[in-house]
Amino acid sequence: MSAPIARAAPATDQRFGLRRSVRLPGPLRLDSGASLAPVDIAYETYGTLDADGGNAILICHALTGDQFVASQHPVTGKPGWWVRAVGAGKPIDPARHFIICANVLGSCLGSSGPASIDPATDTPYAMRFPVITIADMVRAQAMLLDHLGIAQVAAVIGGSMGGMQALIWPTLFPERVRASIVIAATSRHSAQNIAFHEVGRQAIMADPRWRGGDYYADGDAPTAGLAVARMAAHITYLSEAGLTEKFGRRLQGREAKTFGFDADFQVESYLRHQGISFVERFDANSYLYITRAADYFDLAEDHGGSLASAFAQTRARFCIISFDTDWLYPTRESRAIVHALHAAGREATFVELSSPFGHDSFLLEAPEMNRVIDGFLRAGER
Amino acid sequence: MSEDQPLRSDLALIARHITPGARVLDVGCGDGALMAALRDTAGADVRGLEIDPANVAAAVARGLPVVQGDADTDLGYYPDRSFDYAILSQTLQTTHRPDKVVEELLRIGKEAFVSFPNFAHWRGRLSLLWGGRMPVTRLLPHRWYDTPNIHHLTIDDFRAVVRERGWKIDGQWFLNDGSETGSANANLFAEHAVFLLRG
Repeated sequence: MSAPIARAAPATDQRFGLRRSVRLPGPLRLDSGASLAPVDIAYETYGTLDADGGNAILICHALTGDQFVASQHPVTGKPGWWVRAVGAGKPIDPARHFIICANVLGSCLGSSGPASIDPATDTPYAMRFPVITIADMVRAQAMLLDHLGIAQVAAVIGGSMGGMQALIWPTLFPERVRASIVIAATSRHSAQNIAFHEVGRQAIMADPRWRGGDYYADGDAPTAGLAVARMAAHITYLSEAGLTEKFGRRLQGREAKTFGFDADFQVESYLRHQGISFVERFDANSYLYITRAADYFDLAEDHGGSLASAFAQTRARFCIISFDTDWLYPTRESRAIVHALHAAGREATFVELSSPFGHDSFLLEAPEMNRVIDGFLRAGER
Repeated sequence: MSEDQPLRSDLALIARHITPGARVLDVGCGDGALMAALRDTAGADVRGLEIDPANVAAAVARGLPVVQGDADTDLGYYPDRSFDYAILSQTLQTTHRPDKVVEELLRIGKEAFVSFPNFAHWRGRLSLLWGGRMPVTRLLPHRWYDTPNIHHLTIDDFRAVVRERGWKIDGQWFLNDGSETGSANANLFAEHAVFLLRG
């Protein structure tokens, strides 16, 4: 892929700003062997691209995240999902950086996914959408950078599945990334990770309204299955200590147990709310495809079983951050990445931060994480 | 980034002997004071390993590449001869297997700086001899039950292990009250020792 020369764009450039989308002709060659064309990418940018394009930062979102990293979500009306790290005075600052966040391939917020129209049939792809991988998501992001005229980014940053993208980015495009920040992530999905995802997928597929994925015509989506999938997954994003502190065994709006199956406990009510609110903003088929992509992720497997070999050609500085209560992608997974980076002779920064909130810690107030991201980014701007 | 505080005397001594532009691994780098000095004054390519997360965050915040880890367990992942110097300052006495840690330093670095407090300094000897108590001094302020120092050693102890293992001494310096002191009777009069070793 040829990388165009970066150039400063006038403020009126329609490629830049909030709620952008682009239809790229493609084709995008996928790991599965299939091709995708055209490729729609919905994205947002914040800040101004430097004349030399050197201040671009690509943020990769997590499994069910979206491009609305620091702006109001169009469906939920909630503030951006990472306003604690992105914004004025934050480590990723539009006053200093040109920030890009794109909806991942396979998702449902405007980028190509199972709900998109298949040009071959003029109907939604549904399960005819090709199975994608984390690397495919990254290749689509590289196509977007081409479109934006950005040859190289100062950093690619992501948490959870976004961290997987940040990790694989320099291995796929060594010349296009100067630094990678990988937060609460892993270099491969473990059996336990796959197992939890499979529970979610089976919940969706067991919903009679799923109908093999062809539910778009009447809009009667398998929301009950998707809500259960979200509830199960949400537990993995928290910690036992966090749940105990937040809910304990407290009852929900009642004095005594009802001896029934209503949501007696606060934790049940909370999970049900998480499930119900999730289905308003997410597509069940997208959930199937994206969880599959995460399950297929094994960076070492792509390099003859050696994680160190994966980093042999990389040029980027890496910063790996884990959280001590994250049992979804525990610290030992981050350490394995660090050890492989050392074995490959690459520059690595790593810290395990303490937080009671489990895997989701990176989305919450984490002053130490901000301090580390800020120091690491500024070291590259020296 | 400039330093607010002057470097600790053993670190300043090490910094004076690092070749400009060298690749340096600082094991037990703390908040990165030595690394920052080596980067800023010697243009060294510095990396750090540190066990305490708050120290790691502080070092990273000053733009230093530091990895949180344990000298006893994490050095094995660094390739042979991947650094010009490996540095272990005031950390030897806190490791579980100091001998193995030094072996690792000498594998990873072409040379290794090792600095440690001398437990045979006369103040400590007096405290034990006359007071009958484990010494608590300005330099070794911990009490026996809360000290991170689990392997107390003297300069002569260290010289003995150097001889036994066949390590070569490329340099040795002794510090008392922040200034260099002579090699003769260092085991009695030096608070700190700094050795430059080769495998």
